[in-house]
Amino acid sequence: MTVSDNSQAVPNSTAEAQSGAMARPGRFREFWSYFSENTGAVVGLVIFLAFILIAAFADVLAPHSPTEQFRQALLQPPVWQEGGTSEFLLGTDAIGRDLLSRLIHGARYSFFIGIIVVVIAAGSGVFIGLVAGFARGWVDTLIMRLMDILLAFPSLLLALVMVAILGPSLINAMIAIAIVLQPHYVRLTRAAVLQELPKDYVTSARVVGASRLRLMFVTVLPNCLAPIIVQAALSFSTAILDAAALGFLGLGAQPPTPEWGTMLADSREFVLRAWWVVTFPGLAILINVLAINLMGDGLRDALDPKLKRS
Amino acid sequence: MLNFILRRLGTFIPTFIGVSIVSFLFIRLLPGDPILLMAGERGMTDARYAELMTQFGFDQPLLSQYWDYLKGILQGDLGTSFKTKRPVWDEFFALFPATLELSLCAIIFAVVLGLPAGIIAAVKRGKWPDQALMSTALVGYSMPIFWWALLLIILFSGMLGWTPVSGRISLMYFFPTDTGFMLIDSLRSGQDGAFASAVQHLILPTIVLGTIPLAVIARQTRSAMLEVLSEDYVRTARAKGLGSMRVNGLHALRNALIPVITVIGLSVGTLMAGAILTETIFSWPGIGKWMVEGINSRDYTAVQGGLLMIAVIVMVVNLVVDILYGLINPKIRK
Repeated sequence: MTVSDNSQAVPNSTAEAQSGAMARPGRFREFWSYFSENTGAVVGLVIFLAFILIAAFADVLAPHSPTEQFRQALLQPPVWQEGGTSEFLLGTDAIGRDLLSRLIHGARYSFFIGIIVVVIAAGSGVFIGLVAGFARGWVDTLIMRLMDILLAFPSLLLALVMVAILGPSLINAMIAIAIVLQPHYVRLTRAAVLQELPKDYVTSARVVGASRLRLMFVTVLPNCLAPIIVQAALSFSTAILDAAALGFLGLGAQPPTPEWGTMLADSREFVLRAWWVVTFPGLAILINVLAINLMGDGLRDALDPKLKRS
Repeated sequence: MLNFILRRLGTFIPTFIGVSIVSFLFIRLLPGDPILLMAGERGMTDARYAELMTQFGFDQPLLSQYWDYLKGILQGDLGTSFKTKRPVWDEFFALFPATLELSLCAIIFAVVLGLPAGIIAAVKRGKWPDQALMSTALVGYSMPIFWWALLLIILFSGMLGWTPVSGRISLMYFFPTDTGFMLIDSLRSGQDGAFASAVQHLILPTIVLGTIPLAVIARQTRSAMLEVLSEDYVRTARAKGLGSMRVNGLHALRNALIPVITVIGLSVGTLMAGAILTETIFSWPGIGKWMVEGINSRDYTAVQGGLLMIAVIVMVVNLVVDILYGLINPKIRK
């Protein structure tokens, strides 16, 4: 993570002058000292890292293939319940696939969704927001009106309709969610840019002759990143939730993909017969989203200067 | 103040036009021919195809199609549902009371539990009630509500047998639904047990739909209360020797409520998105379920109409909330 560079609130020249007089702790150390004050955030980070490891080593960790069907063991309960065996620790689903293996592989989809959606939404949103903030005038008005229009639709509804246009698949669901989440980045970036523009360091960079692109990306953007990073954490969890919801409605990842929301949709009819096929995929979503939200709260405490205790 | 309202309306109208363009483009952006798409695999004769092209106006230039569409909207004409052949407007408003009833119950549930939770957490800041309540709120906030619904069904319908799994009322009862609100209609019918049945059917969907607003309201109330509690006038009230109930309840809460009310108003969008999932799971015959069915059955005129109406409802509520907020808080009017 590049978090450590972002709290830089002074231009390079003065920063060097200052650090000579009064050595500040490293940026990362400073960030970490705020972040680690929040126990929940640290717990969230640990769980999040654990999920990343599970996703990375899914092939090694999963006892079975996520799509292999064991015909002799349909809807077998978890190991601790009567009828369960240690071969299928969390039981099997209606066509005899090992639930644990599917959950482990599902972690991959979860991260894949989160990362791709955040990259698309934040990348395009930050760029458009920078343009709006720097251009002002009719370009700004036009962009912000367009964002108002997108924000007028409830996000899940708009994503649903976009998937109906593009066709149900995981990729299309991710594109739709990214488009729906992107206006938040535009607004946030534009507001931050407008706050930074009148500051002296921007004027001085301008006087020295920095080009507009340099002003946008090198001078101003790094100082706008704190709220954007917090937003990125929040939309990571929103992306996972919305993608699972679309999968649940049959409009996201398609079976037999072991995506958690799709797994829930598959298991709906067994809700009163086999509690485990319903409980575990949802629990995986909840723990994952909760961990990211806990981290997001910690990031906000550590990065948002308004809430920072001086 | 008038100035403020006019300015707010000034942004409302372009957004409304934009929203109408988005919903207009929806059918035109579908890959392939919309008429053939709606017909599905059965196909149709050339004569029928030409007839439908004219009926939907797809043979006109795009701009004049939009103009007709916009004129239609303003006169309450959202086109005809491809599946039921009924006007989309009528379909929407026949189902809307069900969604409204459920949403109102959900928001009442969220406020009744969320406000006290937020107040207690703020007053007991840093102590165990605060930590317990806020952890619970974060769990609620992170909840995949479609899964939450299934869990509640397993527990309350499956294991305990307390609540029904789907629908708005037991099939045993039959009475005219004049208002569309099952709670009111069942009371007016005078039939024994009808009201109780309607309430039973409402409980689980209300909890599911209200969970995320509940968490948001609790968190927002806490932070608004904390901000107000550190103000000078609260300290003055304390210094005067007023009891903590009076300080917290009267002086602090009244001012903390302003941002909280805004949050409640702005959660209409969340409720509408939540209604899509909640209604689908509980077979609740409202707008959310209707939209999902429309997408699955390729009833695109219905989806288009629903998309527009929901956006307009969200926008109108936001407009009203904004104006009310401007009335209460003069600082915002600038």
